[in-house]
Amino acid sequence: MNYEELIKETALADDRLIVMTAENRALIRNLPAVLGPRFIDTGITEQTLIGSAAGLALRGRIPVVHALATFLTLRAFEFIRTDVGIGQLPVKISSFVPGFLSDGNGPTHQAIEDVALMRGIPGMTVFAPADEEDMLAMLPQIWASPSPAYVRINTRKGTYSHAPFEMGKAEVVATGTDVTILVYGMLFEQALIARELLEAQGKSVGLVNMRTLKPVDEATLLQVVRAGGLVVTLEDHFQTGGLYSILAEVLLKNELTAKVLPIALNEKWYKPGLLSEVLEYEGFTGQHIAQRIAEKLGANPAAITTKTEVVENQFAE
Amino acid sequence: MTSEKQDELKALALRVREHIVRLSTDGGCFTGASLSCADLLVYLYADFLNISPATVNAPDRDFLFLSKGHDVPALYGTFAELGFMPKERLANHLKSNDSIYWHPNRSVPGVEFHSGSLGHLPSVGLGVALDNRLRGLKNRTIVITGDGELNEGSVWETVLVAAAHKLSNFTLVVDRNHFQANVATEDLIPLEPLGPKFEAFGWAVQRIDGHDFAQLEAAFGALPFSDTKPSVIICDTVRGRGLPSIEARADRWFCNFSSDEVVELLKELHSQEATTLTSETLTVR
Repeated sequence: MNYEELIKETALADDRLIVMTAENRALIRNLPAVLGPRFIDTGITEQTLIGSAAGLALRGRIPVVHALATFLTLRAFEFIRTDVGIGQLPVKISSFVPGFLSDGNGPTHQAIEDVALMRGIPGMTVFAPADEEDMLAMLPQIWASPSPAYVRINTRKGTYSHAPFEMGKAEVVATGTDVTILVYGMLFEQALIARELLEAQGKSVGLVNMRTLKPVDEATLLQVVRAGGLVVTLEDHFQTGGLYSILAEVLLKNELTAKVLPIALNEKWYKPGLLSEVLEYEGFTGQHIAQRIAEKLGANPAAITTKTEVVENQFAE
Repeated sequence: MTSEKQDELKALALRVREHIVRLSTDGGCFTGASLSCADLLVYLYADFLNISPATVNAPDRDFLFLSKGHDVPALYGTFAELGFMPKERLANHLKSNDSIYWHPNRSVPGVEFHSGSLGHLPSVGLGVALDNRLRGLKNRTIVITGDGELNEGSVWETVLVAAAHKLSNFTLVVDRNHFQANVATEDLIPLEPLGPKFEAFGWAVQRIDGHDFAQLEAAFGALPFSDTKPSVIICDTVRGRGLPSIEARADRWFCNFSSDEVVELLKELHSQEATTLTSETLTVR
């Protein structure tokens, strides 16, 4: 099963589902022939894509819209906020190549404020699967929900066998007493590597796959904070508005504080290139992440010498 | 259209204009833009659209989307006169106990979707028209835009997409009152030649006097203009129509009159309309 097969199966079983795109067909190339008029390509018109999806949703349809994450969340932001958001319509946004996944495209294509923007819309739900298996497990529940939804599409093959998905719940992969890494989306695979490297240095390392960023799993965040130890927020997102901010909001709300290391893009876009080059240059490979955490823990980062092999991204657009 | 019918619609439009004037105080409203499309809305709801207070949610109703949402006093005035809402509800304008404010709210029966930000409802209407076609329904989807609103690029996106999809069940109506918020359109972002612009984008076009009920009937009655193209009706109108003291004035977009001014404006409204109405229709009112 892949993304296209899942959406095809869902659409064939439920004629409310409409597959839409602003000419971004990378994941849905074979669907026009299968869905006929229930496949709607509006051309390179993100605003009209979202507005017409809202119109279709008004009539009881469930539009799943596809376009590049930046153009959807930025070019069409007001349409998402005003038509989908105020209307509280079940438009499902499949956001392509978010975060580091736009690798070689350059800053115009870097959706690294999308979580901040989308979670600011009342009623919007926000999801970031760790890999393809994680994504395919969550999409049926997301599409069946009456809420508008934003999904950071992630088709990368994972190595980790995930627990069943539960809406609004994070996946606690491991608990640890020295440090816990909170992560979402494609950096999960690097976090797994970082965890192994740190464990090899004798550290007790927890790891949480956030999965749902809104509504956030506050209980799990509080558990992690109350366990003590360093908390790392790891994200391919601006440091402002994403997981680091979410954690800060949860801490303030509960009158708590914590020792937190944000690993994010702080006031900068990232250097474009092959994904391996991006992660290496920006310090987001498993090795770099482990070293940054070791340093914060007062351990010797130079002791972590295993270089991380990064599987390249398979999509150019 | 018979002269009796025209008189009936004129009398109705006069009552709608009274509502607009009365809403132009205690906080005010977008008076000029509301007066320009009052005749259009009166014609559509009283004589053309397949929708009534009893069928606001009927699946086979016609859909009207007011994209230039700031003329909502004309819509609510029409709704009040035709029984979509009790007239007393207009007294809740700008009160927190209701949802009657400067732009449409979907909780008001008959309002298909909220608007206010220009350039949105052409695309929302497009989605509804696509759905109606998917279902094989004959419902019409009509979106009313302002002319200043045509500055928005999103309108032209939708104009392209609707033509690409050959959406003959989709109609755009331009309230061509020749003013943007503060400036005459042709002095800021010239739109003319407007009809040929739409034709070049693959639309079927008619241009009429948007205050002439016979012309409105002739144009809307001819829909769809084409089986393979969306239709646009450009309605030439006058901003502030019905009140010569504010007609076609750049500084009469948003108005917040004193209660004394409202009394004078109502007199002015009646003195204008009296010249075109029979004494009988005035008595009916």
